[in-house]
Amino acid sequence: MSATALFGQLLLGLINGSFYAMLSLGLAIVFGLLAIVNAAQGAFYMLGAFFAWMLLQYVGIGYWPALILAPLGVAIFGMVMERTLLKRVYNLDHLYGLLLTLGIFQIIQGMFVYWYGTSGQPYNYPYELTGGHNLGFMFMPNYRAWVVVASLVLCFGTWYAIEKTRLGAYLRAATENPMLVRAFGINVPMLVTLSFGAGVALAGIAGVLAAPIYQVNPLMGGNIITVVFAVVVIGGFGSILGSIITGLALGVLEGLSKVFYPEASNMVIFAVMILVLMVKPVGLFGRER
Amino acid sequence: MPEPILEVARLNGWYGESHVLHGVDLKIGQGEVVTIVGRNGVGKTTTLRAIMGILRRREGSVKLFGAETIRMVPEKIAKLGVGYVPEERGIFASLTVTENLFLPPILAPGGMSVDELYTLFPNLKDRGRSQGSKLSGGEQQMLAIARVLRTGARFLILDEPTEGLAPVIVQQIGRVLETIKSKGLTVLLVEQNFRFAAGVADRHYVMESGKIIDVINRSEITEKMERLEAYLGV
Amino acid sequence: MALQVSDIGAAESPRSRSIEWIGLGVGVAVLLAVPYFVYPVFLIKLLCMALFACSFNLLIGGGGLLSFGHAAFFGGAAYIAAELAKMYGFPFELALLAGTATGAFLGLVFGLVAIRRAGLFFAMITLALAQAVYFLALRLPFTHSEDGIQAVPRGWLFGVIDLKDNLTMYYVTAAIFFLGYLLVRRVWKSPFGQVLRAIKDNQPRMISLGFPVDRYKLANFVLSAALSGLAGSLKAIALGLATLTDVDFTTSAAVVLMVLLGGLGTLMGPVVGAIISVTMDDYLAGIGIPVPVVIGVIFVFIILVFRRGIVGEVIALWQRFEASRSAPARK
Repeated sequence: MSATALFGQLLLGLINGSFYAMLSLGLAIVFGLLAIVNAAQGAFYMLGAFFAWMLLQYVGIGYWPALILAPLGVAIFGMVMERTLLKRVYNLDHLYGLLLTLGIFQIIQGMFVYWYGTSGQPYNYPYELTGGHNLGFMFMPNYRAWVVVASLVLCFGTWYAIEKTRLGAYLRAATENPMLVRAFGINVPMLVTLSFGAGVALAGIAGVLAAPIYQVNPLMGGNIITVVFAVVVIGGFGSILGSIITGLALGVLEGLSKVFYPEASNMVIFAVMILVLMVKPVGLFGRER
Repeated sequence: MPEPILEVARLNGWYGESHVLHGVDLKIGQGEVVTIVGRNGVGKTTTLRAIMGILRRREGSVKLFGAETIRMVPEKIAKLGVGYVPEERGIFASLTVTENLFLPPILAPGGMSVDELYTLFPNLKDRGRSQGSKLSGGEQQMLAIARVLRTGARFLILDEPTEGLAPVIVQQIGRVLETIKSKGLTVLLVEQNFRFAAGVADRHYVMESGKIIDVINRSEITEKMERLEAYLGV
Repeated sequence: MALQVSDIGAAESPRSRSIEWIGLGVGVAVLLAVPYFVYPVFLIKLLCMALFACSFNLLIGGGGLLSFGHAAFFGGAAYIAAELAKMYGFPFELALLAGTATGAFLGLVFGLVAIRRAGLFFAMITLALAQAVYFLALRLPFTHSEDGIQAVPRGWLFGVIDLKDNLTMYYVTAAIFFLGYLLVRRVWKSPFGQVLRAIKDNQPRMISLGFPVDRYKLANFVLSAALSGLAGSLKAIALGLATLTDVDFTTSAAVVLMVLLGGLGTLMGPVVGAIISVTMDDYLAGIGIPVPVVIGVIFVFIILVFRRGIVGEVIALWQRFEASRSAPARK
């Protein structure tokens, strides 16, 4: 196995890892506030990619504006969903939230499969990022470098916003004791809706970043979400930073296993999950809720 | 009295199916410090939560600053100028002391400045960067009071502020309450420690089984001491 | 607040018991007569799914644990039974036994890993584990991945009854289903079942009373997995096919829907849910409406409006009716 191939896989692993990180970050934010697992997160990832594709296909709007518009569309869609549907199950057992979002996922994915079939639509790399650079030990495609940088910026930007800003303080406080935060005069329900929007927007923007690499396919949500769940189980829902690190690490691990043991590469994350569950059931960064 | 800050009438409250408040009546005027006293479990904390809008199922009338709030959500009630210091203090563990202090938004002008607060609560002064969970019980209580004083709230609700605290801290809190009183703020207090309550309050409402059964003014305490002791099961 | 479960374990009046016996009798009569009105192969498929749903209900209705990975037991057993029957000449009953054992074994593995968690995490862990099984099924040579195992012979029951005839196969299936249903019912009403429900309602209390709750939960999980395995093997042999669909997430989701639709924690609920679900699947596929969308809409509708499920609502109505008859009008 040549060094070029190794680094190529590592890079792909890093990219996948950053998608895992962004999706599980979005899940963690929502879970912290609502104790609900948004099983539709994969659908928002797919919607992000599809909105970008639709913007190009039907309105002629290209990649760069789509990078902002598509996640915005996803966020609006998600917030409407939260206000109209999800809100009704907050008082119930949290499993109902999971089931509800699962049902919504089936609807969204099902409709898109119905409209667009199961083969992917191609989406072109933005012109500015075609080509690449020869780094000596590997060839670095510009677009892939961009995805890694953008994802890391988004992830750590989100971390910073949550841990270091005033708004983040509101969020962290609301996660601990929402009633008390309301008693201070803060509109927590609105905060929850906006955070939900942010959480799904993260998935949406990951979708746009993924579109040129993986094609735009109605099934892309379902394919990624089971791995993301495994990532979340491994990392635990304990910390924002934990989600990011776990997602990235597992993506890289998966990439490495593709190099050395390709038949088992799908399984490696699940194997890690089983191991973690036997040793530390709450997850690597988990805290009992 | 001129328009009361708080006027509670026929307040009934439920935790789920459990009927806990059976028609509470209270009135507090501007600048007064009033306590609700009574044994454990009679509904004192529940009353405060009902006033704050935190208790979901409540009926009757609660008027704050003249406005009917029985149907309002907590954030709206707070915005009328109410500051809440809960029994468990509610210091957020995942926030620093400074973040905790600045969390409640400013509700009205006239709140205490940060310098004033650090003068009143010197133990908080250099703890800004510490995590909320690292404070002692007394420090947490100070912080819980300080943060609502910053907001400019004119009516403060304090639930068991001296619970579990050392006598030295209890005295400090007493001095804090004197300062609050001197600023013309109105206070509703729930206190198990009657001696403390007697030291600061103008009036005491005695609660039993979810109802107010007696009112004792400051001037009447000595003559009604026996009765009080019976109520409180001392 | 736990998942909304209709309480069957509650005290039974002599009246409700006789209604039950009548119900069982009617059920047997229906099972005997129905193949003359409905295509037997369709009924076989339906009964396998109904058995699958009943076994799933043991876990979610009885134990209060939502698993998203039951397809692993159903499909895993399907593959093993099919392979043994086709390539190794296993007779019908032994293939079923092997499939059931496969379900039990996988259930034990899953259970050992997942049982310490509950609620959401349990669901996600079972989902991920089932996905692992899916990948195995995709890769292992004997499953022939996309093609699946086809043309599985039915063979003879006990070496005596030729199962080639669809009607015969149906009656054997119905008998197995009925036995499975009775087993679930027995477990449900037994002390074991009561302990499980008590654990579901208040685990800390049961722990403090000295019950080895993890063992109970694990035993229930394995039982549920084993019966799912039975259902899967039966389906594979009777319908002659074991495919990737049997192990994938849509099957796990389908059984969740069946039980929710019919009524969590009721005995007949899963059967009703299976009947509706399988029939609807068939009908919709025929007229070209996207099935997952309809399933999703029904899911959403049930969760928002209809949490007790069909049988659950019927039972609730019945209980209200009974209460208003026996008690004088109250405020």
